Amino acid sequence: MNNDEIRASLLKRSRASKNELFGKIISGLCIAIIVAVVVSIFYFVASKGLATFFHDKVNLWKFLTGTIWNPSTTDAQGHPQVGALPMIIGSFAVTFLAAIVATPFAIGAAVFMTEISPRIGRKVLQPVIELLVGIPSVVYGFIGLSVVVPFVRHTFGGSGFGILSGTFVLFVMILPTVTSMTVDALNSVPRNYREASLALGATRWQTIYKVVLRASVSGIITAVVFGMSRAFGEALAVQMVIGNAMLLPSNLISPASTLTSVLTMGMGNSVMGSLSNNALWSLALLLLIMPLIFNIIIRWIGKRGAMH
Amino acid sequence: MNARKWDKVATTILYLISIFIIFVLAFLLLYILVSGLPNVSWHFITGRSSSFQAGGGIGIQLFNSIYLLVLAMLISVPLSVGAGIYLSEYAPKNWLTNLVRNAIEILSSLPSVVVGLFGFLVFSINMKFGFSILSGALALTVFNLPLLTRKVEDSLQSIHYTQREAGYALGLSRWETVIHVVVPAALPGIITGMILGMGRIFGEAAALIYTAGQSSPPLDFSNWNPLYIASPLNPLRSAETLAVHIWKINSEGIIPDATKVSAASSAILVLFVLLLNFAARYVGNRLYGRLTGVKERK
Repeated sequence: MNNDEIRASLLKRSRASKNELFGKIISGLCIAIIVAVVVSIFYFVASKGLATFFHDKVNLWKFLTGTIWNPSTTDAQGHPQVGALPMIIGSFAVTFLAAIVATPFAIGAAVFMTEISPRIGRKVLQPVIELLVGIPSVVYGFIGLSVVVPFVRHTFGGSGFGILSGTFVLFVMILPTVTSMTVDALNSVPRNYREASLALGATRWQTIYKVVLRASVSGIITAVVFGMSRAFGEALAVQMVIGNAMLLPSNLISPASTLTSVLTMGMGNSVMGSLSNNALWSLALLLLIMPLIFNIIIRWIGKRGAMH
Repeated sequence: MNARKWDKVATTILYLISIFIIFVLAFLLLYILVSGLPNVSWHFITGRSSSFQAGGGIGIQLFNSIYLLVLAMLISVPLSVGAGIYLSEYAPKNWLTNLVRNAIEILSSLPSVVVGLFGFLVFSINMKFGFSILSGALALTVFNLPLLTRKVEDSLQSIHYTQREAGYALGLSRWETVIHVVVPAALPGIITGMILGMGRIFGEAAALIYTAGQSSPPLDFSNWNPLYIASPLNPLRSAETLAVHIWKINSEGIIPDATKVSAASSAILVLFVLLLNFAARYVGNRLYGRLTGVKERK
């Protein structure tokens, strides 16, 4: 090899270095695609959803607090009737009720899995929870329709469709998520906390109640908020049992609707660009913003928890 | 004595809660299988669905579900592996990486119906794919990407840094180390994640209603040319999947045996997802054992 060749081989990129650049570009491209997808979701949904307010001149406040959803007609002042309050209330009602019912069960199961019997927890409850996560939401909807709705009808009267049925279905759907996140929160409590408490003569329940649960409270709240975020966005299972009446729900067993149920039912029946279509996109925008808010709450709790 | 009594009461309640949850799962599974399996027959699995009369099958829907699953995985697996490798191996620790991670987390927390509507707007209308398998597969990809990416990243992160140092010490570049050392070692975790992702896709309906559509045109199973309009492989035909079928017959209620058909379809759907769940466990453990020589995973 003469000098020139050596110089050339030193100055040129080596095969490995080319390879390296190739890898970096390929993997960087993949991540760029994902980020582009996220940005375009926000862009497209927001541009459609905001058209209701900018193009069709609907008052935002009236949209959020109006109680009549009938985009094809106008009220006395000539404003289109797009009041989303019934759906907003329906969504929040099923979400909060499901979370309230699911939380004690989730905490109970998680405490059992980490403090009472980790062996049964790992061998039995863990697979049970994973299987519950795996059941598709339409199957939950179908079971809700054929078991929960008749049950509610017989026990509480009414048609059986309504917020109560939605709550039952969502309760089972978010239970596994909340439970497994609570398990993680309890497991992150240092072992010496428990030992210190037991050494002071506390019973197991006293240790659980006064030490372990107190120490993991921010993790548990995070789990519940995460479950609520799931419940809020669940579409088909809820839509199948809630009754799909766009009225302000007067009680838990009267037919109601949620943001997701109106979207699944209505999007196919409206013409792109019309007001009734834009109004539906505004609901989608609400659905897009809510997980963000839940996310911010989770972070805020996480930060507060970290300070202790 | 009071504290001890409370301890007993609390323990009993915790046992009851756990038993209740097991009971709920047992009830769900038994209900689906007992009410569904008697209606499953070869004719049902392969037959054409009917829109008005009783006695329809789910042949085309089942085929659509599997075809969509394959297409969606074909798109999302390479993307998520690449993205996971970047996040785990290349991404510098700075605000941009944080932003990217946040974006992925937000994507994973979006309701699937929003993903479906986005797919409807962008793939079906703006890109003019219409209600088609292609739109559906792309929507499912969007729905599946964040979880797969996180799974890949976690699996890669769990590989000890000494393995990478060993690669560098042999003179491999970083990319070669990733491909030949880190990815093979992380394979069990990655594959488990992929199979669980398949289960999620298979049961997903909300993202598909307005992308893959709610109707299934008659198919000609003798012509497999993807460009032929009635070919089963044509990616531009609309395709109702099994999960969408269950939703549709229940909310429209036109066919008289909707309950029977949806019970049987639910049974098949759940069996398939269970199968994937067990496969994920089994394959993960087997691969882990083969690659590391350890009998059981921690």
